[in-house]
Amino acid sequence: MTAPLLEVSDLSVEFPQRRQRLQALDRISFTLEAGEVLGFVGESGAGKSLTGAAIMGLLEPPGRITGGRITLQGQRIDGQAESVRGRRIGMIFQDPLTSLNPLRTVGDQLVETIQLHLGMDAGAAAQRAGELLDEVGIDRARIGAYPHEFSGGMRQRIVIALALAPEPELIIADEPTTALDVSIQAQVLALLRRLCKERGAAVILITHDMGVIAETTDRVAVLYAGRLVETGRTAEVIAAPRHPYTKGLMAATPNLDLVSVDTVLPQIPGSMPSLAALPPGCRFHPRCGDVMPVCRRTAAPFIDGVACHLYGAQTQEAG
Amino acid sequence: MPGGVMMDNAYLQVSGLSRHFDISDPFLARLLTGGARRQLTAVDNVSFSIARGQTYALVGESGSGKSTIARMIVGLERPDSGTIRFDGRTAFDERQGQVQDNSLRQKLQMVFQSPYSSLNPRWRVGDILMEPIRAFDLIADPEARRRRVHELLDQVGLSTQDAQRYPHEFSGGQRQRISIARALASNPQFIVCDEPTSALDVSVQAQVLNLLKQLQRDLQLTYLFISHDMAVVRVMAHRIGVLKNGRLVEENAAGPLIESPQDPYTRMLMESTPRFAGGAASG
Amino acid sequence: MTSPPVRPSEKPAGAPESAPTSVSASISASISASRLQRALASDFVYDFTRAPIAIIAGLVVLFLFLVAILAPLVAPTNPFDPASLNLMNGFTPPMQANMFTGESFVMGTDDQGRDLLSAIIYGLRVSLFVGVMSVLLAMGLGVSLGLIAGYVGGWLDNLIMRIADIQLTFPSILIAMLIFGVLRGIIPPDLRDEMAIFVLITAIGLSEWVPFARTVRATTLVEKEKEYVQAARLIGLGRHQIMWRHILPNVLGPVLVIATITLALAIIAEATLSFLGVGAPATEPSLGTLIRIGQDFLFSGEWWILTFPAITLLALALSVNLLGDWLKDTLNPRLK
Repeated sequence: MTAPLLEVSDLSVEFPQRRQRLQALDRISFTLEAGEVLGFVGESGAGKSLTGAAIMGLLEPPGRITGGRITLQGQRIDGQAESVRGRRIGMIFQDPLTSLNPLRTVGDQLVETIQLHLGMDAGAAAQRAGELLDEVGIDRARIGAYPHEFSGGMRQRIVIALALAPEPELIIADEPTTALDVSIQAQVLALLRRLCKERGAAVILITHDMGVIAETTDRVAVLYAGRLVETGRTAEVIAAPRHPYTKGLMAATPNLDLVSVDTVLPQIPGSMPSLAALPPGCRFHPRCGDVMPVCRRTAAPFIDGVACHLYGAQTQEAG
Repeated sequence: MPGGVMMDNAYLQVSGLSRHFDISDPFLARLLTGGARRQLTAVDNVSFSIARGQTYALVGESGSGKSTIARMIVGLERPDSGTIRFDGRTAFDERQGQVQDNSLRQKLQMVFQSPYSSLNPRWRVGDILMEPIRAFDLIADPEARRRRVHELLDQVGLSTQDAQRYPHEFSGGQRQRISIARALASNPQFIVCDEPTSALDVSVQAQVLNLLKQLQRDLQLTYLFISHDMAVVRVMAHRIGVLKNGRLVEENAAGPLIESPQDPYTRMLMESTPRFAGGAASG
Repeated sequence: MTSPPVRPSEKPAGAPESAPTSVSASISASISASRLQRALASDFVYDFTRAPIAIIAGLVVLFLFLVAILAPLVAPTNPFDPASLNLMNGFTPPMQANMFTGESFVMGTDDQGRDLLSAIIYGLRVSLFVGVMSVLLAMGLGVSLGLIAGYVGGWLDNLIMRIADIQLTFPSILIAMLIFGVLRGIIPPDLRDEMAIFVLITAIGLSEWVPFARTVRATTLVEKEKEYVQAARLIGLGRHQIMWRHILPNVLGPVLVIATITLALAIIAEATLSFLGVGAPATEPSLGTLIRIGQDFLFSGEWWILTFPAITLLALALSVNLLGDWLKDTLNPRLK
């Protein structure tokens, strides 16, 4: 077996504060194969965007990686310069306007990126830019248009073209469709998925929406308060979630096929703890319906795709 | 139940509501370029009614005019034409214009989208909840007022000590509860909920939706629920209107509308709503 | 199930990926302590203790303010009391015994035999009084006009902001001189000296309101679109209540910064006017007046009459300015 495309092991990120160090990510480990779409799902503050930023090397100070390693094709990248990663990892953000320069035409921005990373001459780069626009479904004739002349969905397509331009091995898409209408969201996600599959580029899709996960990803990783609580093949996790948080999250999401006005949605009580006031033991235990005494004392190790004392033999040892 | 809404039972009746926005270039620019005045029709001849004690949902994508309709109904924005009647009383018609007095305002409240900007950051929660009570002169006795504030906090699942705290000390979900408590403070009969959960996490969204439904039962409230999310609308609404570019393209009781949508736009909205469980497991 | 909504034991979820500062804000919020303890533990105080320049500037300003307020207690003599003056003491150099009277003065004396240290202390008092009062005037005027322009809008906004624009095209010292001249013309001659300080305050105050108005107007435009203002409109509150009770507390943050920077400007403006001889009268000399008097003797060797008031003015204006800069950076990280 060759090494996976991306391997993240025991990644920890901290935000040093005046009185304490906030542990924003706690020993996150996962792997990603070429051409695979991995979804990170969780609520705001769970650490999903932070995971993407840490891989990309875009952690905002004072945040810093305090442990673990990130390897891309067997090569450590967590110490490398941002420019190196910029070539190999593409990034797509929620708001397309933050990724596009409003003062330059779409074509200029594409050509510049292609020339910078692939070392093509101007003519070839312009040719390539046109092809990329075709591929994301934008008329090549609009290569001279400015970002504001496009609708939100079109802009996000352009951002996808821009992210794919350096032919990266990995794309990190952080809530790429949250700002878009549902009718456009489906198209953009399908486009992203198709283009990455064709190129063999892996995708990390960060979202809060279980529906998006279900329809777009091959595998899913569920994050809660800076810890990975469950991973697995998306179809399996959706069909049979194991961690009580995953179960609760899915039950709380209204499902068009199952609910009606008489439905009382199953709700998870409370909300995610702040990083400054994390509970001991399993971080989900104060909100968990299946809480056991052991959960209040020790965090369950991550074994066989889930970190929960309900599963595996380790329950007896730890208890 | 949700099927037949009789007009004589209607709490809110909106008919022929329209609103245009002037999006012309400035006068001087028009003069120089010879451009004409341009108008954007945000809301185009919209009519619907809401039965007492029920929820009517307006669903649509950005730019569909759903928020403009909500703002016109509560009087934050002036319609260009049409009529709005609450409980048999005229709140707007073209002849009289906006008829907004305190007795009407007290019955209409609104819960806003953003849990962050809908509460004044410099005010304590107790003062925020007290303000409508003062403005409408509902309770004179200060001690009784304080009891009422505590009762409101209790109704939305917060504790009485929270009255002393400032909005920034609360999470998004808790702030939305405070917003709901403020809307309840004037003993309204009708509340417009403008995307009240779109900024919240899923698990907290369920809490807020359940709270709104429970309050509706307990206090016989009538809701106008604005949303872009078909699944959320399905949980909340007895009746649904689908808006596209300011026009109501389809309107029906919730069950039939979801199960057999007639308009292609409604069908497209339903199909693009991401689903899981049933769908994903079988595929 | 019709169970009541579960009491959420939620704590604000700190989301470091979006705003690391909100984490620290929620930490300090969660600490329950007395008001004083909480104030001392705040990030503001913490940042202050980490900024040596701000500490030094703050100490200098505090010291000068205390000296000015306590002038009658700390000054060796009362420079305005003709009985305490001895012309024989004139032109005594600092730290040297006078050749006639044998008295010695820390900073020497001026031509009248006035103790320079006392004159500076009392001059500081006048300078700070004029500075603070004119900033308060400018602030009151600017905040009110900015709030009205921003909230009411329309022709009133246009009128106020065009006046502000016009005023900004002239140096503020010129405006102050113009206002000073007009006011002096109105006031009867026998009251001129008594009213001089108040004329000075009005002139400087009226010349410095524009930055307040512009900033407050801009912040008001943002605040008035927020949903809490709409909620207030929904319950039928009038313009005045919304402007003064809801919006005003939310636009005051930047005003504090501008007030500090304007204080430095006002002190300099007062000194300039007094130096030019159109400010504080000789009977109530400010630092600027002392500098004007002192420059007459600079080339005849009595350097101290100019130098000590000038150093004091420099220390004051510089410290206030540094403090203002630090406030600006701390309260508004985006301006850094």
